[in-house]
Amino acid sequence: MARFVIRRLAGMIAVLFAVSVIVFVIFNVVPNTNPAQLLAGKNSTPVLVKSIEEEWGFDNSLPEQYLTMMKKIFTGELTSYKPRISVDEQIIERIPATFSLSIGAAIIWLFFGLLLGYLSALRAGGWLDRFLTGFAIAGISIPVFLIAPVLLYFLTYKLEIFPNAQYVPLTENPSEWLSHLILPWVTLAILSIGFYSRVLRSNMLDVMNEDYVRTARAKGLSERRVMSRHVLRNSLVPIVTLFGLDFGATIAGTAIITEYLYSLNGIGLYAIEAVQKFELPPVMGVTIYGAFFVVFVNALVDIAYAYLDPRVRLGESGAS
Amino acid sequence: MAIDPQPEAAAVAAPTAGGERGPWSLAARRFVRNRVAVAFLVLFFLIVLFVLAAPLWADHVAHTGPNKTHTLQQLTVGGEKRDVVNVEGQPIGPQLFAADGMFFLGADSRLGRDEMVRLMYGGRTSLLIGITTALITTALAVILGLLAGYYRGWIDTVIARTLDILWSLPVLLVGIALGVTLAVGGLKIGPLELSGGSLWIPIIVICVFTVPYIARPIRGEVLSLSNKEFVEAAVAQGAGPLRVMFGEILPNLASTIIVFFTLTIANNMLFEAGLSFLGAGVQPPNSSWGTMITVGVDLLNTQPLLAIIPGTMIMLTVLSLNIVGDGLRDALDPRSKIDLEAHTGTVATKASGAAAI
Repeated sequence: MARFVIRRLAGMIAVLFAVSVIVFVIFNVVPNTNPAQLLAGKNSTPVLVKSIEEEWGFDNSLPEQYLTMMKKIFTGELTSYKPRISVDEQIIERIPATFSLSIGAAIIWLFFGLLLGYLSALRAGGWLDRFLTGFAIAGISIPVFLIAPVLLYFLTYKLEIFPNAQYVPLTENPSEWLSHLILPWVTLAILSIGFYSRVLRSNMLDVMNEDYVRTARAKGLSERRVMSRHVLRNSLVPIVTLFGLDFGATIAGTAIITEYLYSLNGIGLYAIEAVQKFELPPVMGVTIYGAFFVVFVNALVDIAYAYLDPRVRLGESGAS
Repeated sequence: MAIDPQPEAAAVAAPTAGGERGPWSLAARRFVRNRVAVAFLVLFFLIVLFVLAAPLWADHVAHTGPNKTHTLQQLTVGGEKRDVVNVEGQPIGPQLFAADGMFFLGADSRLGRDEMVRLMYGGRTSLLIGITTALITTALAVILGLLAGYYRGWIDTVIARTLDILWSLPVLLVGIALGVTLAVGGLKIGPLELSGGSLWIPIIVICVFTVPYIARPIRGEVLSLSNKEFVEAAVAQGAGPLRVMFGEILPNLASTIIVFFTLTIANNMLFEAGLSFLGAGVQPPNSSWGTMITVGVDLLNTQPLLAIIPGTMIMLTVLSLNIVGDGLRDALDPRSKIDLEAHTGTVATKASGAAAI
């Protein structure tokens, strides 16, 4: 087990290094523009551009610039161009909104995804299964930028059931916090509900064919007990892995669009606003911290998975 | 994800009815039996026809182009003159045929562009990007998967690790960053030069980040196929690596590739819409369904259809491709070896809101 953990963590550090290089290349090598020129504005003098270049270190060699960037990221000195505000402070300030959104949505999608998947598998082939299958495929195909406008228009503008947008801190007003987050939660969760219910359904159908399920039935266990104790429990293992991969990906993906649509002042909205102003440091900070988070969660999930299932840690030494 | 919950039944019935038939015609028969999938295939072709008809509608019905502004113009509706954009900056609503087909779905914003014409031309962009990226991604993924799975050793290590790294990036975030940096300055690599507004920029961004989602499962399949007897037999007959990879292994990947290709179009269209919606994909004056939603969301309170119609078009296209892809999988591979859910699901979640994401 210890060997597996060490190998997995070493792999994680290698990936993190590669991620930071890719992000650096995207911002410093790929652009066909001089960042100093952009900062100085269109009608700037060459002297001004030159001084900005020197101040921000744009004229240093690429490896030097990379080291500066990494140093700033680890010491928390990353600042945005204008106004000069610490990127770390801005991110920390916005963590509650992003986490409220993603954790709440995750609870909703896990609950409904697993419930619908379970019902679907119990009645595989029946009308309920067909209906839920249709629902799941529709859920997977609806983009958040369709769900959100529809919900906002009918429930917020027309019927005025839910308040419009903005994030209200939980500590400030719990009931406002809740009512402001319900629509974003639903928006973010619908896709994953469809997806998780499909995965659980197909896992359960596979497990139902296993010998130990037949044995459990032969022992005379009730159908309910067979389903809950044997089939469901064993079908949940892959869901744990999936959730680990998916949760990080959701925060760094769909959640960004959801924050933008509902003007929730989270990390995603911060990144998008920075992108639109071509502010590199915040985007770089958010991307790298986001990647670190995703990679770290993935490593944790793998380790937890290896702990739960010995075949993984034994098999890993042979394969790849 | 079977729409028809009993594909096996169809599979068993087909041989008795057909006598000696090849696997492809059997698959075609199984697909045709899946009425839901066929219906959505028809829907997809209707959407393609709709966007292909864009110049016809623009020239003969709407008499305007997708980027032509009509801010200060007036429209004669039933003998009455009405502003295309009123004093408060509100665009005119859907006219259907009241103005002889002009502004069928109203105007798009205070710029007063014809929403219907933009919807048709924007759909061209969205579908074009979806199909082109799916072609490029699938081709690259097949080549990488074949090389990694066939040669193994260090080639496999390099390819598999690179894919792992791309896989672990926060796709949408890095995609936005890359999309914006390229859109501002364009791309210049040696003789290749692209301007910031070029459609190739979102295409490149999407391809870079979606290759791993197809290459990884294909590599896995090549790994297991290359241990099969028919590969050994080919090698024993003196077949070189190229012939074994492309002549022996590739044909056996055909059903996987077809299914992934269909689903990748859907996923990539969602990815494009996500990028464009956030301003990092298709750049003005080009329109795509994603950029149209961005414009429409600003007027959600008064003109909700401006955001909802392009969103619905994306949903219908993606839904039909997902269902057709599903039906194809059941038809080509009744035992469902291809474990799509494990792969395509995540790309969607990551990419869009999309995450069929």
